[in-house]
Amino acid sequence: MALTIQEVEHVALLARLKLDDDEKELFAAQLSSILDYANRLNELSTEDVEPLVHILPIYNVFREDEVQPGTPREEILSNAPLLEDNQYKVPKII
Amino acid sequence: MAQEFETVIGLEVHAELKTATKIFCSCSTAFGSEPNTQVCPICSGFPGTLPVLNKKVVELAIRTGLALHSEIPEFCKFDRKNYFYPDLAKAYQISQYDLPICKGGYLDIEVNGSKKRIGINRAHMEEDAGKLVHQGDITTTPFSLVDLNRSGIPLLEIVSEPDMSSAAEARTYLEKLRAILLFAGVSDCKMQEGSLRCDANVSVKPVGQKELGTRTEIKNLNSFRALERAIEYEAKRHTCLLEDGDGDKIIQETRTWDEEKQETRSMRSKEEANDYRYFPDPDLPPLKIKQEWIKEIKNSMPELPEIAEERLVKDCGLPEYDASIITMTPESLAFFDGCVKSYSDAKTISNWIMGDLTRLLNQNNIELTDCKITPDSLVSMLKMIDDGKISGKMAKDIFEDMFNTGKNPEVIVKEKGMVQISDEQTLVPILEDIIANNPRAVEDYKSGKKKAMGAMVGQVMKATKGQANPALVNKLLQQLLGR
Repeated sequence: MALTIQEVEHVALLARLKLDDDEKELFAAQLSSILDYANRLNELSTEDVEPLVHILPIYNVFREDEVQPGTPREEILSNAPLLEDNQYKVPKII
Repeated sequence: MAQEFETVIGLEVHAELKTATKIFCSCSTAFGSEPNTQVCPICSGFPGTLPVLNKKVVELAIRTGLALHSEIPEFCKFDRKNYFYPDLAKAYQISQYDLPICKGGYLDIEVNGSKKRIGINRAHMEEDAGKLVHQGDITTTPFSLVDLNRSGIPLLEIVSEPDMSSAAEARTYLEKLRAILLFAGVSDCKMQEGSLRCDANVSVKPVGQKELGTRTEIKNLNSFRALERAIEYEAKRHTCLLEDGDGDKIIQETRTWDEEKQETRSMRSKEEANDYRYFPDPDLPPLKIKQEWIKEIKNSMPELPEIAEERLVKDCGLPEYDASIITMTPESLAFFDGCVKSYSDAKTISNWIMGDLTRLLNQNNIELTDCKITPDSLVSMLKMIDDGKISGKMAKDIFEDMFNTGKNPEVIVKEKGMVQISDEQTLVPILEDIIANNPRAVEDYKSGKKKAMGAMVGQVMKATKGQANPALVNKLLQQLLGR
């Protein structure tokens, strides 16, 4: 299954990656071989197999609705590259 | 003959669920706190953190589903919806994709006096994103600020079927849905605080055509008015394009409502069409919802508006219109119920609630819960009218005083000396005086112009500062003039 350059460009856009032409060729080939590998699963008959939605057979893991203090603001914001008025400062996107 | 068109509308409503903590962490959901003070590594999207589901969120979602006649499937799960946006810390939103908590359902609305059933497609649980604050002028500033207090607040997205055909129907649906959510106690539904938000899907097609037209989605509808106006605008836009043979200019896109310009405008171009790459969230085990739990929630369900409406019509004899207005919020129903248990004339009660009370609340921008008038004080006042102690006209002033001061009507009447004059010996000399001073009116009355009496009654009321008992004045005047 060979991915087209357009498909690579689409995935790159969704991932916000900027690729040059050589990279697009390279990733088209690499991603294709990964998909081919995964495609081997299609050789199995899964007719009577329920789709798996979670790897562990556990259900209903709940928390009670009780407030705990949050993390101090200085601490939570300490990794932010840019701050203003105790808020994350980010490039405008509109 | 010109081609006729019809509009098809579906609504997506986001209701903030009324919990103390966020959906996947124990941070508070309180509204209006200082930026980034209700946050932790989970809702701030730090790598390596794990979400744990708030049980109350599931309970409220089930309760909503039951109120909307939905099916609650035995199995449901959470999925990741992937997109980049600065208010989305993890770069994905935890939501539900193909196996939501509520499937199907309906609610009934009144359209021109008859019932119309609007289908519910689904309702699913998800987390809210943070809040973006744009600094200064939005067109020139290069930066935005991010507050993550709202990130992780639980939402229930309720998706209707495209069953509405006018802006008015969409508004009625949203009002009804809001009433149900309020009565079920699942959301505060404050549109101005964003705890109830609405997007509208609008398309237009030739009348009778089965296939739907191309739809556009309108976001940023923050009030009932905005919802109505935006749908009207958008339907007209589609219709004009179709009429001009430019139907291909309607593209499937997201548009925003511009409140200032009163128009919708395109938000994203087609090239950036949504591609969310949903997949099951491996951090959250799925849910198996047992029948016993559903039954337990059903048994604790408060009275819902449609049941209350029926009760007001059947048991209290209210007209359907009054019943529908009284049951718009749990507070107004509780107020009505508080009155009707000690006063049997339900229609008079609803007149006061829908009339003077609503007017005063709106004028002063006060919620019924903060109002100083209690059901008991209203009933006391109504009984004073019935007993002839005050006139209906006096009651209006007294009611306003009660609203402003919270005093009992008896106290107000005493303080202002507003007691109604129902004593013949006091009234007769006043009436005789007025008869003597109005020979023309008397003559007119005697020559058959019964209307002339009204003018004299008016003068009596003026002379007594509105305190004369009008029924008694009428009776006495007739007697005196008939002599």
